[in-house]
Parts: sequence; C-alpha cells; structure tokens
Amino acid sequence: MPLLPPPRRIATVALRELLLAHADERDLTKLSEYEAVGGYSSLRKALGMERQTILDELLASQIKGRGGAGFPMGRKASFLPKPGDTPKPIYLTVNADESEPGTFKDREIMFRAPHALVEGTVITSYAIGADTAFIYIRGEYYSEFEILRAALEEARERGFVGEDILRSGTSVTIVVHRGAGAYICGEETALLESLEGKRGQPRSKPPFPAISGVYASPTLINNVETVATVPAIIGTGGEQYAKIGVEGSAGTRVFSLSGNVVRGGNYELELGTPLAELIYSHGGGIADGRVLKAVIPGGSSVPVLAANEINTPLDFDAMANVGTFLGSGAVIVIDDRACMVQLGLRVAQFYQHESCGKCTPCREGTRWMVQILKKIEDGRASQGELDLLLNVCDRILGNCLCPLGDAAAMPVASYVAKFRDEYQRHIDEGRCPFGGESSLEGLFAPVDQHHAHLRAQIEVPVHELA
Amino acid sequence: MPNSDLYEAIQRVAAQYPVRRSAIMPALHLAQEKYGWLPPEAFEEVGDALDLTPAYCQAVASFYDMYHLEPVGRHMIEVCTNISCALVGAQQVLEAFERELGVSAGETTDDGEFTLRTIECLGGCGWATVVSVDHRYREPVKPQDVPAIIEELRDAAPPTAEEDRDRGA
Repeated sequence: MPLLPPPRRIATVALRELLLAHADERDLTKLSEYEAVGGYSSLRKALGMERQTILDELLASQIKGRGGAGFPMGRKASFLPKPGDTPKPIYLTVNADESEPGTFKDREIMFRAPHALVEGTVITSYAIGADTAFIYIRGEYYSEFEILRAALEEARERGFVGEDILRSGTSVTIVVHRGAGAYICGEETALLESLEGKRGQPRSKPPFPAISGVYASPTLINNVETVATVPAIIGTGGEQYAKIGVEGSAGTRVFSLSGNVVRGGNYELELGTPLAELIYSHGGGIADGRVLKAVIPGGSSVPVLAANEINTPLDFDAMANVGTFLGSGAVIVIDDRACMVQLGLRVAQFYQHESCGKCTPCREGTRWMVQILKKIEDGRASQGELDLLLNVCDRILGNCLCPLGDAAAMPVASYVAKFRDEYQRHIDEGRCPFGGESSLEGLFAPVDQHHAHLRAQIEVPVHELA
Repeated sequence: MPNSDLYEAIQRVAAQYPVRRSAIMPALHLAQEKYGWLPPEAFEEVGDALDLTPAYCQAVASFYDMYHLEPVGRHMIEVCTNISCALVGAQQVLEAFERELGVSAGETTDDGEFTLRTIECLGGCGWATVVSVDHRYREPVKPQDVPAIIEELRDAAPPTAEEDRDRGA
C-alpha cells in the first residue's frame, strides 16, 4: 500500500474547491465514489457535443495553463489542425512531470482525484480529435503512478476509456509514461523528446508542438491541473467558469504552500485571493514565532517578493505588475533566519544540476553563477564579482532554447536586487553575516551525485574566476 | 537474449506505443529492476529488445538521475535538500542518516544494504523534509525519526520476486 501524504489541513477560511472538492470526505480514487459526486457526467455531456463546441467552451472559460507559463488553454488548442485537415494522427500529452521546486499540487490531484485527470484527458482528447493520449508522469511519483494506473483500469472496465467510449464511437487510449528523474522534461519539447525515447533536450521552436509535436504530429500539451479542470468547465459551462476568479485570471488554482509556515500543504483557492490570506489564514502564519522575510510566489524559478509585498493578489496580472510570476502556484515562505546568498546558491545549484547542456549560456552560465555565489558566501568575492554575477544572469536571460537558464538567472538577480545589502555585507565583512545561524547553513546540493564515477572530475575546479 | 522474461516484458510495454523506441524508458526501468542497476548486459538486452544499439541505450540512461550506472545498495534512501526542505532542516535529516549509516551522501554502506543520496525536489514541499525510501515517500521526516527508519529496513525481508514484478512499469 502506498503511504499517504498527511491529510490536507483544515483552514479557518473557506477554500474554493472545484478540483479537490469532496477529496477530504471521500476516497475519490474509487470510481464509484467519484461518480457519486457527479464524476464522469461531464464526459457524458461532452460526448454529446460537437468537438468545436467543447473547444469554444474551453476558450470561453478563459482558463490559463496551470503548469507555469500561463498560456490560455483554449487558444493553445485552437492552433492544432482539425482532424480532417491533417494526414497525421493528433495527440494529447499531459504534463505530469511536476518538478519545479516548491510545487506538489499535481501530485495531490493525481493522488486524491485521479479520475478528474482521466475524465479531463478523455474529454480533451475527444475535443481535439486525438485517439491516443500520453500522461508523462515523473519517475519519482511511484505511488501516484500506481493510483493513476488503477484508476485508468477501473475507468476502462466501465467503458469511460478505450474503444467506443459509452458507445459513442469515440475511442481514446491513454498511455501512462514514467519519467526517470530529469527536471528539464517538464519543458514541453524536452518532454516530447523524452517520450520519443531520447535524451530529454529541448527542441528549437518553431515548429510548435501544435504543428509538430510527438512523432512530428500535431500535439496538445497541458499540465495535469489544467486538464483535470476540464470536467468542471464542461460541467458548469465556460462562461460560468470564467466568473470565478478575477479579470484575466479565471477559476481556481491549487496553491502549494511550503517553507517556514505553520501549515504547509495544498490549498485550492479562487484566483485573486491575496497572497497574505494564503500564508496567514490558511497556512497559519510564520512558523516558530519568526518574522517573514521573503516569499517566492510561483516556484523557485520566479523572482522573489519582499515581506512588504504580500498583499499582492494571487493572479497572473497582479504578480506581473510586481515583477514576478504566478508560475506553478508554488508559494515558498522564507523567514528571517535565511541567508539570501545561500538561497541564491542553492537555487543556482539546482538549475546547474538540471541544465541539459544543450545551450551554452545555460550550461556554462549556471556553473559560473554557482562558482561566484560560493565565493560570495565564503567571503572571498571582490566587489567586481557581484557585478559579474548580474552580468552572467543578464547573458543567460532570453538566450537559450528553453527557459531553464532564465529560471536560474531571474530569481538570483531578484535576490541581489531586493537584498543587495546582504550580498554587500558578505563582500565587505569577508564572511557570511549569518555565521552558522542561517536556516540554510550547511546545505547539501546533489550536484551530480548520481554520476559518482564522474565525481572526482567534477570536483576539480575548472577555472578560478579572476 | 530473445525470449527472456525481460525481453517479453519489454515487448508488452513497446506494444503500447506507436513508435517502439518510446519504450526505452520503461524498458530501462524494467532492466534496472532485474539487475538492481544498469550493467553493460542490461543495455545489450534493452537494445536487443527494441532494435537499438547498447550505446544508444546507455546514452539515454545517462541523462536521467533514476537510472543507476553503477551498483547501488539494496535499499535506496534519498533525502530532498531543495529549498523548501532545506528551509526547515533537511541538512539535519541528511546528517542523521549519515551518522546512522556511517556513510556520506552519495555512498553505499560496505554491506551493500543502503545507498544514501540527496535528491532534488521530490514534490512534497509542504510536508518537509521529504525522504524517499525505496521509491516510497516518507513525509515529514525529522532527524529523530531516522534510527527507526533504518531499523525497520534492516528488519525487513528482501522483496520477493513477485513484489519486484508488481513494481514493473
């Protein structure tokens, strides 16, 4: 039996649950329980609709992708050719390779409401004319893989998946594909390469996946949460769904709350809810009686917010207005014990480790960032090296095939911008001003530990920076 | 070698895909379950089953962290040290494992029972620190929980062949 994650926390303020509704009272991994709360009624409804009508509903819902980039789902689907207009098969690929640090919402959706994902996958496949859908799930999510596989089996037995679904003449086969530990495979074109049985390195775009995706066929790629929301959209109607949330940010999102907060966990909230409400009302505030220092609002790749910016609403535009992103909806709370140089170093180490090596600015730049940040943390950096760090960030930004390099450069540049005095003190005092008191002191990064036979080579400093 | 159990299992998985090469990742997972890691003969067998060269199979495997290119212990302990876990004390949890097992992160105990390694974000950030033990998550883990986890694993019987098969991709 898989070990269950701890139950979702009871919040003092009501959640706005569509996706995770009833998931606390019922075992929605069972098909009968999911059906008892209206599950698969949207599929029945959808199969009676024209394909284009479903796509119009998705467009009307104004739902934006929940994976990180926030691109409108309906528009993305509209870039696909119509089934009769292409000699090639059309595919749906669900991105379940959730790996952005701080993010664990897709895991909970698959763990607690796997049938919502299955139902959404079948509806979306029907709408775009795909008879095969792939769900690319990260390899580490083994329990979730088993739950999803069991849910699929049950749905297949009941005729919701497979040949001639509910005698509609529509057939959808769903293949669950396990990854094997590579953050980059969450990037859509790297995911496609990986799915084709190659090393997961991004492709250059265009052509975009809608034209040439998996097996050079038209492919729609959407995140788990996006696809799992489709039944709710079809059930209530796109226009009705668009009324939830705020202008430009329709619907709910499952926010992953973590870090120095009392009640970490996933909370499904209406978009536009203030960040502070998530942290204090739902999350119970800062743990251990500490003081809030900073918040990462959308996963480790987005620029940081200072403590005085937490009244920003959790919506796409409001976050853009304060220079950051809602990203994957992962809110990481940082208290006053954390050294921001150590935080920058750990973030840079992660992206260095996960860089696929294809584009030079990312491959080399992330390594330079790590080396400079180490020198700053150790108190060995000169003033010029702080400028060099920002220069390296600047040279990575926008210069690669995929955003992985940006994902290292943007946050680190923001830590320097918002906490420059801390970086400056490391240089001026020749040591870390936190001494051994930082919550991140002594952190371990798994840089290439999986290639132990290469370790000796890797640990030799490649070049000492001037 | 044709008609081995692994060969047959790979054929079944490959039948799911429109293009057989897509089955390389599940095939490598299956081979690793057979051998515990991916020795040269695993690449021979996977390549043979999918009409790919062993070198190609190795090139793919070396891209992904979960494929082991050298032997690992019977139990795999992976401690997340990414920022959400680090902020609430993943370092102390890792040190507790290092003390308990007498190895450093990235190493295997002399008796071949345990490999300890750090890992990037496992996706349990709200219940940090997350530790994956034989691919099952334990969350949250505190330093004081570590001795009991090791004791439990030392007492556990080795997985049966049937359990190994059940874990197949």
